[in-house]
Amino acid sequence: MILPPDQKPAYFAAFKMIVMDWILEPWPWYVGGPLIAGILFLLLFGGKTFGMSSNLETMCAMGGAGKRIDYFAFDWRTKRWNLIVVAGAVIGGFLAANFLSGDTSVDIAPETVDTLRTLGFESAGEAYLPDELFANGAFTDPKSLAILLVGGILIGFGARYAGGCTSGHAITGLSNLQLPSLIAVVGFFLGGLIMVHLMFPLIF
Amino acid sequence: MKYLNFLIIGVIFGIVMFKSEAASWFRIYEMFQFQSFHMYGIMGSALSLGIVGTWLIKKYKLKSFDGEPIKFNPKTKSFSRYMYGGILFGLGWALAGSCPGPIYTLIGAGYLPILVTLLGALIGTYIYGLLRHKLPH
Repeated sequence: MILPPDQKPAYFAAFKMIVMDWILEPWPWYVGGPLIAGILFLLLFGGKTFGMSSNLETMCAMGGAGKRIDYFAFDWRTKRWNLIVVAGAVIGGFLAANFLSGDTSVDIAPETVDTLRTLGFESAGEAYLPDELFANGAFTDPKSLAILLVGGILIGFGARYAGGCTSGHAITGLSNLQLPSLIAVVGFFLGGLIMVHLMFPLIF
Repeated sequence: MKYLNFLIIGVIFGIVMFKSEAASWFRIYEMFQFQSFHMYGIMGSALSLGIVGTWLIKKYKLKSFDGEPIKFNPKTKSFSRYMYGGILFGLGWALAGSCPGPIYTLIGAGYLPILVTLLGALIGTYIYGLLRHKLPH
């Protein structure tokens, strides 16, 4: 379409506004999911595999854990590319939160908000993460600290025991139709359901 | 130059994790309550495309950007390590509300208490390395 020269800036401004609005809004699943598949393929064509939890192992090796434990006795430099992906993920989180977002509150289902409020999560539906666990006040609250730490220990131990996490098993492994990844993903969901339905009422 | 490519992939990954809300504790909780399609949509669409793409790569023996064959590392056969490890991971995933990728994204987004979860994940990894030979695999 050929526009009269004097109208071009107006059309351009309108286009830019629509695109910016679209970027600033939370992205729907049908944008997020395909982009994640894109990451998987970029890494495969880069000669690597998509797996974030192996970085935890690399970081332990970097810290010298290989001197005492054979599991960490490998040359962490060969995994440097993945640590760079980690650095990118930190930068990406910074950019997304500070420059690519309007309101970051997560629009979860109304019944989820109700359940969370009865558990004491007042920020449900009004924040990106629950203030009770992720506002800076958490650093001085022993219960929040314990939850974050124990959650982390289970994530690290479980991911390495299972040989991968959501990216390595649920995306990479299942994409390759590997039975071990299916078993692991069933385990992920069993664990998550036990936590949310049986343990949350005891913890919160 | 090669590292710059990985940095860019990481930046895209971090932005996608944050913007798709896969890094939100609330979305993980909602998923385990089966009260929204959002997370299932993300994983389902990523996986569907992943299956098709992986199949195409194998069928046409596609090469990497460097011209090398693309290799898939098959996981060793076992039940117990994947099931037990998976359940423990799932417990942590639901409790802390994030998996290893989003942890880094949230650090960048400025939610600093997640550093405690990262510390925990490193401790957990270390404990696994320590106990590995005593665990059923």
